[in-house]
Amino acid sequence: MCVGLKRPRGKIVHADQDVQKVRSAFRLSDIGHWPLFPAIVLAALVFAALFAPYLARHDPREGDITRKSIPPIWMERGTWEHPLGTDRFGRDVLSRIIYGTRISLAVSLIAIGVAGTVGTAVGLISGYHGGAVDAILMRLTDIGLSLPTILIAVVLVAVSEPSFRNVVFVIALLLWPRFARQIRGETLAIKEQEYVALAVVAGRSSSWIISRHIFPNVVPTLLVVCTLQVGYVILLEGSLSFLGVGVPPPNPAWGLMIADGRGFLATAWWISLFPGLAMLLTVLAVNLLGDWLRDRLDPKLRQL
Amino acid sequence: MMLQGIGLKKYFPVTSGVFAARLRGWIKAVDGVHVHVAEGEALGIVGESGSGKTTLAKLFLLLERPTDGSLLFDGQEVRAFSRHDLARYRRSVQAVFQDPYSSLNPRMRVGDIVAEPLPPEDGLSRAVIRERVAEVLELVGLRRESAALYPHEFSGGQRQRIAIARAIVTYPKFIILDEPVSALDVSIRAQILNLLKGLQERLQLAYVMISHDLAAARYLSTRLTVMYAGKVVETGGCDEVYTAPLHPYTQALLSAALPLHPSLRRQRMILPGEVPNPLNPPSGCRFHPRCPQAMPQCQTHEPVWKEVSSGHYTACHLY
Amino acid sequence: MPESSPLLEVEELRTHFFTRRGVIKAVDGVSFTLHAGETLALVGESGSGKSVTCLSLVRLVPEPAGRIVGGRVVFAGEDLLRKTAAEMRWVRGKQIAMVLQDPMTSLNPALTIGTQVAEVVRLHQGLRGPSLRNRILEALRRLRIPAAEARLGHYPHQLSGGMRQRVSSAIAMSCAPRLLIADEPTTSLDVTIQAQYLQLLKEVQAQSGVAIILVTHDFGIVAANADRVAVMYAGQIVEMGSTVQVFDTPSHPYTQALLRCLPSVELKRQQLVEIGGQPPDLAQLPPGCPFAPRCAKRQPICLEAYPPTVTIQPGHVAQCYAAVPIDA
Repeated sequence: MCVGLKRPRGKIVHADQDVQKVRSAFRLSDIGHWPLFPAIVLAALVFAALFAPYLARHDPREGDITRKSIPPIWMERGTWEHPLGTDRFGRDVLSRIIYGTRISLAVSLIAIGVAGTVGTAVGLISGYHGGAVDAILMRLTDIGLSLPTILIAVVLVAVSEPSFRNVVFVIALLLWPRFARQIRGETLAIKEQEYVALAVVAGRSSSWIISRHIFPNVVPTLLVVCTLQVGYVILLEGSLSFLGVGVPPPNPAWGLMIADGRGFLATAWWISLFPGLAMLLTVLAVNLLGDWLRDRLDPKLRQL
Repeated sequence: MMLQGIGLKKYFPVTSGVFAARLRGWIKAVDGVHVHVAEGEALGIVGESGSGKTTLAKLFLLLERPTDGSLLFDGQEVRAFSRHDLARYRRSVQAVFQDPYSSLNPRMRVGDIVAEPLPPEDGLSRAVIRERVAEVLELVGLRRESAALYPHEFSGGQRQRIAIARAIVTYPKFIILDEPVSALDVSIRAQILNLLKGLQERLQLAYVMISHDLAAARYLSTRLTVMYAGKVVETGGCDEVYTAPLHPYTQALLSAALPLHPSLRRQRMILPGEVPNPLNPPSGCRFHPRCPQAMPQCQTHEPVWKEVSSGHYTACHLY
Repeated sequence: MPESSPLLEVEELRTHFFTRRGVIKAVDGVSFTLHAGETLALVGESGSGKSVTCLSLVRLVPEPAGRIVGGRVVFAGEDLLRKTAAEMRWVRGKQIAMVLQDPMTSLNPALTIGTQVAEVVRLHQGLRGPSLRNRILEALRRLRIPAAEARLGHYPHQLSGGMRQRVSSAIAMSCAPRLLIADEPTTSLDVTIQAQYLQLLKEVQAQSGVAIILVTHDFGIVAANADRVAVMYAGQIVEMGSTVQVFDTPSHPYTQALLRCLPSVELKRQQLVEIGGQPPDLAQLPPGCPFAPRCAKRQPICLEAYPPTVTIQPGHVAQCYAAVPIDA
């Protein structure tokens, strides 16, 4: 409650409540308010990624051709050796899904890391300085937003082979403008705060103001945007891999696995289904988490 | 040392059109203002919305550049400042703004907030900075330990004290106060006003206090300037302006300020109409459409700035 | 003052907010009466409960966090707290109207002025066509809105703050309510516009006989506009009486302190007398008098038990152990 403060004319600012929101979002005593489903799923995912060699019983890349297309455990020919069955190369589906978490997480983290860094820098500079700098950077951002994903990916494949590095590059290329837009908007709002003007009056340089005043206050938005992009990135990587312009085989990327099973949906449906489910669950969990985070930290972003 | 504004003008362009921004006109926020503050003085600038007082404050703080006119600091033209001069200006002229919530970065500790104006180039050691911060925190009535805390742990009045501490940390000569108590509860206002008054005497500060609250302005000021629609309409010693206002607008403003007792009914001068449109202010004297004593020439000729009695100036055809 | 039975009788009104931090007793035992044609000012600072009191009168307290937990609000002989939601909808707007502080948000920016005034009139008076239009124009003219006909087609952003507040008030008065609750109506207006507005309010009251509850933190407004005043602190009325009585003989230390700490335009005071300490935390009110921690006249008993109501003179009461009645 704002004790001691009469509302200033027309302007209602509760900047400090942000800080309390961030803290209270993560307070242990608030654990009853944490979103359980996403938290569990994501914890499982990270766990699987970290301890894949111990969890997966089979090599994800090499299969035993004599054991190809074995159905999941609850079906007629199923065995406990391969609880979710094998694909047409004899590779264990479950092991591949477990190792696949590494790919999904790695691609997401790196792509978002790169895009986030570039996008945030652009957004901060653009929003703070305004004028010509803003105009130029925003036009670049517009161009970035209009790039056709698949086309770029295909062109890249034509120029060089599909590789992990290329996938990350394409996704980051597509992602940074979103960050830039969002962070710029946030910067514009923060710039209006009186403490920014007072920092100028105190004689501080723009770089100091951006790094000490604007950026720390942009962090909650950044967190939310990052989280909400993870789902998008996983789907994007999946699509690119599915089309053959993403992560190259024989890597156990979920998108590739779905592509592998495409011709056998009627007969060996488990090859595509389980990786698809894995992707669905992950994206769902991440989006739920992102929504929760956004509601806690920054309800203004509801349109995302 | 003196802070002087001569013929200060600030016009903001108004554009319209989606593709090619066309210039529609100018908002004449400040339109030819002469104002000066000497060391140790307290100048009150009062006016309503649209008077230009906030823009004038921004001009003093170099947050906006004047469209025309000069700003002089210690006789030197601010426009011609070198980087060194600018740094010196920043150390000598500080500010306290209206909103104690928006004035403090919620993610910075109080100690860092207060230390912000201390320039890094001076090479002050961390210990010296810490000591200076503790000093000013005590001067404003807060405990030294407050430096380690965050703004949200303080109430509105205490936050304003932190803002004041930051404003005095470089021991400036001038402080621009933009509605320093308007956003505070009534019972806290007295605390802050007393603090400001005490600090002025103790630290030999000069204040430029911008306010729409005539009572608070009277309490702190030694001289008073009244602004209307971007122009100064009256300037003089505080007591004189309050007891014998010359300009009809000043008279109306004072009569609108409500006395603190039901039986004290002042001569009520209710002004008709609205504050003028800054895009298109009235011709001649800007106040003439609402002035109860308007004469024919008020519409055609702008009144001249005149000294009516010692130190008491106004621009009005009545004189 | 008219001796007829009171238009509004509030008895021991209590409104609490139930939050994770605890129970916030925003209004805790407020009682007052109001007659037709009278203006009662509710004065207090933020957190005093004056706005929540007004919301409670018309049962617009934000739920589920807030709830009216006790008391009676007897308006024209009927207890509003016992009415159904549908009945309250008929009361609001028609019998009791509100004007709020911020004219920017009181009006819908997407609708014209004419539409917004019409909405209320149509709902409560069932008028159509030309008679509706006439009634709207009448409502606008009563608040001295110039060029009322032209304004019908205007949007709120085309009007100044003062004009918007007049339109809000015109909407409030359009159905001739018996009680008008004005919550800080002039706080966001310029001083000269404020003067205009208050003058207008007086005229409207004189013409229509409406009773007004005026919520404000500004004692100047109270002195100029109110017949009676109730000073609120931490959800309770600590002093109440006619304006002259309270200003001449303020009997509660909070009232006294407030009056002494205000800078005045008339006099150049040498020193404003501060009130020490901070406003109270409504979730953790001490037993006894809520003002005691900051009170210069504090006695040990003040911290333990809530002070009794002392009648200072007829029509003037204060809740304080140190209050002394004026002998006739």
